[in-house]
Amino acid sequence: MLLSIKNLHASIKGKEILKGINLEVNKGEVHAIMGPNGTGKSTLASVIAGREVFDVTEGEITYKGKNLLKLPVEDRAREGIFMGFQYPVEIPGVSITNFMRTAVNEIRKYRGLDPIAAIEFLKLMEENKRLVEIQSNLTNRSVNEGFSGGEKKKNEIFQMAMLEPTLAILDETDSGLDIDALRIVANGVNKLRTKENAFVVITHYQRLLDYIVPDYVHVLFQGKIVKSGKKELALELEEKGYDWIKKEFE
Amino acid sequence: MISDVKEIITKERMTGLFEKNREVIVKNDPTMVTRLRDTAFESFAGLGFPTTKLEAWKNTDLKEWLGKPYDYYFEPLPGMDVQEVFRCNIPHLDTAIIGQLNGWYVSKDVPLIKLGNGMILGSLAEAFKAYPELIEKHFGRYAITGKNSLTDLNTAFAQDGIFIYVPDGVHSPKPIQLINVIHHDENLFLQSRNLILLGKNARLSLVHCDDSYNHQASFSNIVTEVHLDEGAFLDHYKLQNLNNNSTLISNTDFQLEKGAELASTFITLNGGMLRNNTNVLFNGPDGTANIHGLYLMDRKQHIDNHVFVDHLAPGCISKEMFKGILDENASGVFNGHVLVRKDAQKTNAYQSNRNILLTDTAKVNSKPFLEIYADDVKCSHGSTTGQLDTEAMFYLMQRGIGPESARMLLMFAFANEIVGKIAIPELRHRIEDMIKKRLQGELQICEQCVLHCSTPEHPMEFDIDISKI
Ligand SMILES: Nc1ncnc2c1ncn2[C@@H]1O[C@H](COP(=O)(O)OP(=O)(O)OP(=O)(O)O)[C@@H](O)[C@H]1O
Ligand SMILES: [Mg+2]
Repeated sequence: MLLSIKNLHASIKGKEILKGINLEVNKGEVHAIMGPNGTGKSTLASVIAGREVFDVTEGEITYKGKNLLKLPVEDRAREGIFMGFQYPVEIPGVSITNFMRTAVNEIRKYRGLDPIAAIEFLKLMEENKRLVEIQSNLTNRSVNEGFSGGEKKKNEIFQMAMLEPTLAILDETDSGLDIDALRIVANGVNKLRTKENAFVVITHYQRLLDYIVPDYVHVLFQGKIVKSGKKELALELEEKGYDWIKKEFE
Repeated sequence: MISDVKEIITKERMTGLFEKNREVIVKNDPTMVTRLRDTAFESFAGLGFPTTKLEAWKNTDLKEWLGKPYDYYFEPLPGMDVQEVFRCNIPHLDTAIIGQLNGWYVSKDVPLIKLGNGMILGSLAEAFKAYPELIEKHFGRYAITGKNSLTDLNTAFAQDGIFIYVPDGVHSPKPIQLINVIHHDENLFLQSRNLILLGKNARLSLVHCDDSYNHQASFSNIVTEVHLDEGAFLDHYKLQNLNNNSTLISNTDFQLEKGAELASTFITLNGGMLRNNTNVLFNGPDGTANIHGLYLMDRKQHIDNHVFVDHLAPGCISKEMFKGILDENASGVFNGHVLVRKDAQKTNAYQSNRNILLTDTAKVNSKPFLEIYADDVKCSHGSTTGQLDTEAMFYLMQRGIGPESARMLLMFAFANEIVGKIAIPELRHRIEDMIKKRLQGELQICEQCVLHCSTPEHPMEFDIDISKI
């Protein structure tokens, strides 16, 4: 098993957001997490990534057999956890190229590898730019600065492709994308899928799941996973909305 | 050796010294300069040293710094080998170097040279004697008496400094690098004076470095007057890298005539107590002044940038951008005052000051201020002070970048908005390198000279590669 979350409780500023999450993800799987606004989907992603503003008050997360909660953010990333941000951060003055080169090399150093050769790095950049069809001039610009919503999301997938994570958590990477961009992003994900890695995609739209076909769909509601099923669950939600679930659990 | 040693700096000491040594001080003066000194002396004697009771000095207290014993010399004192000064140059930068040791002009050959193109470079004391008409026309016209008692004190006392003259239409073929090194075995109080004159449509790049050579305390009260005649262009850099016992009061007065253009960048990397008074007067229409500053302070260092831009004439553009990173117990002041006078229509003025505080104990007092009497103007100002962006830190770290590198990336990106604008590539690279070292806490002043002149150039190893590929 790649990731195992047991009875996870997390809060921010004393307010409990996650109230006993259980989730297991194996290599080679794609999980979709859906659920109404404000129920804790991004919080769950942030807690897995190691965001310090959230306090884990109960429960455990095991990743590759290790206690994930003990690892600092950067080591989780170096161990192969990638989070696609719902709201990617603008970083003026840091170019994507420099950012990615620093990230790739710090990850390599952690794994006992030498820094990547400049030519090899450039080749990797080119390949992945093609994969997500982003314009070349974008990568010379500052990270996300002045990017359109869609460009920011594509940039997340680009970074994912550069870093080749073992576990990628994509938080609403489909929001704000036009039909073509959605297809490009989904293709990107599908090309990166292997038997060795896993994806957790957070989304509000069944549409994405036509492209990235999930093995499991979970509904997160009021800080708990209240329903899990196969991909058909997404269709059911699309049809009926969340009211029937809310009625069951409120 | 005419001197006065090991005394704290007080008004009484200075008035006594002036009266006692007046003859030596005025020795090389054209008559008008002597007259100016006497007036300036009276003004200083009335005002005394600035205290925190004055609005302009509210957040910068000189008391502790004046209260150390300092030597004062009325003659150049024998110091280090003059050649050493000239070794503090910037690698790969082809410049004409002018040296100053403890405020006195030092030369390898002649004290004042006139080049084939008519440019004159050298000692101000020599220029007093050789070019009295130029001196009488410009000296004390831009750093006006009665406005600032420290400038008055300098006008009364200063005996030497740098003189640069670029005649009408002449473009200086090389940047000039002015290196001012402080090196003395005792605490030193020095006052030097520079006069820089650009004729009509003249062009000059000037790199002005203030360095110290050891850890001895010093108090420098320096005044630089700069005149840009019509259509002249000056690219000016001031690099300040002094030890933690240094006090530097650096007063620079620029006057721009019609269509003149000034780009001035103040990079402050080290020093104990630093105050930059930068004054710009648009005396003719359609001038441009870009004034940029970057300060990286830590320990108990204090930096105060006072910028005053006087839009007297219409159609001028002024842009101020100052940025600082303050660590530990460092403190900073930014005080930007833009005055747009009644007739200065079509003025375009912009002011910005941004600071990052790395600790709870670092502090900044930022006050951008616009005073506008014309109606057809475009003016804006802004000021922000905060911590390193935690969202950005998390974003970088989520990609596997460690906290130290993430901090470095963000700080360097912040600083680079100023450094990236440096027009001379060799200088830009040098300063980038110094800033990287400074941010990693590796720029120690005085391994030898601060510019690491005597240590061979060894490129920094960076985990993060900030260079673009
Ligand atoms: N930094 C924060 N400070 C205070 N409250 C927060 C913070 N971050 C999240 N919350 C709260 O936690 C709850 C869950 O937020 P979260 O972002 O995880 O929801 P979500 O399920 O991702 O919603 P959406 O579908 O709208 O993205 C919300 O009530 C939100 O207001
Ligand atoms: Mg969310």
